[in-house]
Amino acid sequence: MQKFDTLTGIAAPMPLINIDTDMIIPKQFLKTIKRSGLGVNLFDEMRYDDDRAEIPTFVLNQDAYREAQIIVAGDNFGCGSSREHAPWAIADFGITCVMAPSFADIFYNNCFKNGILPIALPQEQIDVLMKDAEKGANARMTVDLEAQTVTTSDGDVFNFEVDAFKKHCLMQGLDDIGLTMEKVKSIDAFEETVGAQRPWV
Amino acid sequence: MSPKTLYDKIWDAHLAHEADDGTCLLYIDRHLVHEVTSPQAFEGLRMTGRTVRAPDKTIAVPDHNVPTTLDRADATTMTEDSRIQVAALDKNAKDFGIHYYPVSDVRQGIVHIVGPEQGWTLPGMTVVCGDSHTATHGAFGALAHGIGTSEVEHVLATQTLIQKKSKNMKVEITGKLALGVTAKDITMAVIGKTGTAGGTGYVIEYCGEAIRDLSMEGRMTVCNMAIEGGARAGLIAPDQKTYDYCMGRPHAPKGAQWEAALTWWKTLFSDDDAAWDEILVIKAEDIAPLVTWGTSPEDVLPITALVPAADSFTGGKVDAAQRALDYMGLTAGQRLADVEIDTVFIGSCTNGRIEDLRAAAEILKGKKVKDGIRAMIVPGSGLVRAQAEEEGLADIFKDAGFEWRLAGCSMCLAMNPDQLAPGERCAATSNRNFEGRQGRGGRTHLMSPGMAAAAAITGKLTDVREMM
Repeated sequence: MQKFDTLTGIAAPMPLINIDTDMIIPKQFLKTIKRSGLGVNLFDEMRYDDDRAEIPTFVLNQDAYREAQIIVAGDNFGCGSSREHAPWAIADFGITCVMAPSFADIFYNNCFKNGILPIALPQEQIDVLMKDAEKGANARMTVDLEAQTVTTSDGDVFNFEVDAFKKHCLMQGLDDIGLTMEKVKSIDAFEETVGAQRPWV
Repeated sequence: MSPKTLYDKIWDAHLAHEADDGTCLLYIDRHLVHEVTSPQAFEGLRMTGRTVRAPDKTIAVPDHNVPTTLDRADATTMTEDSRIQVAALDKNAKDFGIHYYPVSDVRQGIVHIVGPEQGWTLPGMTVVCGDSHTATHGAFGALAHGIGTSEVEHVLATQTLIQKKSKNMKVEITGKLALGVTAKDITMAVIGKTGTAGGTGYVIEYCGEAIRDLSMEGRMTVCNMAIEGGARAGLIAPDQKTYDYCMGRPHAPKGAQWEAALTWWKTLFSDDDAAWDEILVIKAEDIAPLVTWGTSPEDVLPITALVPAADSFTGGKVDAAQRALDYMGLTAGQRLADVEIDTVFIGSCTNGRIEDLRAAAEILKGKKVKDGIRAMIVPGSGLVRAQAEEEGLADIFKDAGFEWRLAGCSMCLAMNPDQLAPGERCAATSNRNFEGRQGRGGRTHLMSPGMAAAAAITGKLTDVREMM
């Protein structure tokens, strides 16, 4: 998995609340059996019209934000389905950090498996970051995962929380199946004990 | 021993490892698999030379992509990419030796309907699936939730999931439901109160007289939409109805094992003095038949209400509500009961069980679908379909002018050919009214099966109580 340590980049402002997984990657693109290549369809129905022409008002279609690496969004980002195609599409577009007042649970977990850092911050701090993002390509934010800080183009610094284990895995780019495999003796022991207690399982 | 919630008890019974920082390995009893979120996980196993650790606890069924028309045995009814995805599941199930219900099997259906129906889902289990509506299985007092594809691969390889414990929320529905009010209205009413992010970080346990009074089918409807409230999972403590439902199912325990299981299941309830991080109480008699007006499941109102104005909300919801009104083609102040529809969809893992079909048939008996309305009923499984035919429900639907389909997810998420055209408005018994959910530009109003049946007859959103 792609490591994440620090990132300095353009942030796209998406103040809408409840940006759901159907908006992030509509179902017609879930028919793939690969993880790659979904970036072109990220936010597909907001991004393109019926003739597949770009909708100029959509933020990622504006020249200032085509190279965005960060999204600053409204509350409850990623709500809806469990489709990991959502973070796959985001990462494939080149975005590796999303900031919002809150995230849906499954989406939040899925991000960490794909080298994306989701950062939850209070609404008033997101408001400051949103204003900064609205300045366009010349205003670059910096995210430092080790220090757990976001720095705006004006030098405002916000601290964020992240689970220590998730941070460790993201910073090292670790495969968590490999990590769990190291605990296989515990799983074997559990299966043996509980298999005797609850043989119907 | 300190008092525990039901969630605490199931969690403790599945803890295979706990690290110093509180990161836990939770053992998974049942892993349900479908064709859309699994191919990359199986590919990951092959690339790393890993195997499925517990194929006997892994159950697969294709549901999202499959056509529901009667001619679906003809492979050309599927698009090329859908066909590849279903073929990949066929192959993965065979190569890795997991339980499988192919499209041709009468037991095929929506994964969350097949699991309970076949007795795979039992009280006190941990159940996961690469699908957010895995919450459905919580109706049995099983800890059940959706996972992403990376986690699917993790469970396939290790039969565990890396987890941190959620908080406990109690949602109590007191008293009795009024006529025409159903499990769907309960679960929508809860989301209307909490909002779609209100449950984030929690496992919800639903309790109270109105929950106890529900059948297992109704309880599955309630837990199914726990995810729409943002919760990790929804739970209902098992009781005699649960045991009666499970007994005799193909994969339920038998004989002495049944007795042993029952003894354990009877310990699965929240202790009286258990601590809750959040409590919500709703009076059943305050719940009316509900519909959604917007593009978020929290946009819930009684059918007797008026479409709200965007500026009646606060914060980010003002812009979101205006966007929803524009998308839905609705005007503030309009009566919901005047909103005309084009399509009716009855089905999905929320409302595709036999009781849902009975509720729809009750309203449709001897009636006709209004001219010009496209109406379809998609049973949740082949066995639900067979039972509905045996009970004579299918004849009622066909006589009324409904299409009577084969089992699958169908127009709930419109991955198969069942879709709305732009601007088309649908009365749906499914679970999400997001923009584009049922087809690009499609407009979805969520409601109970009885309400959807009533809408089919009148051609507009309708108060089902007027037809009872």
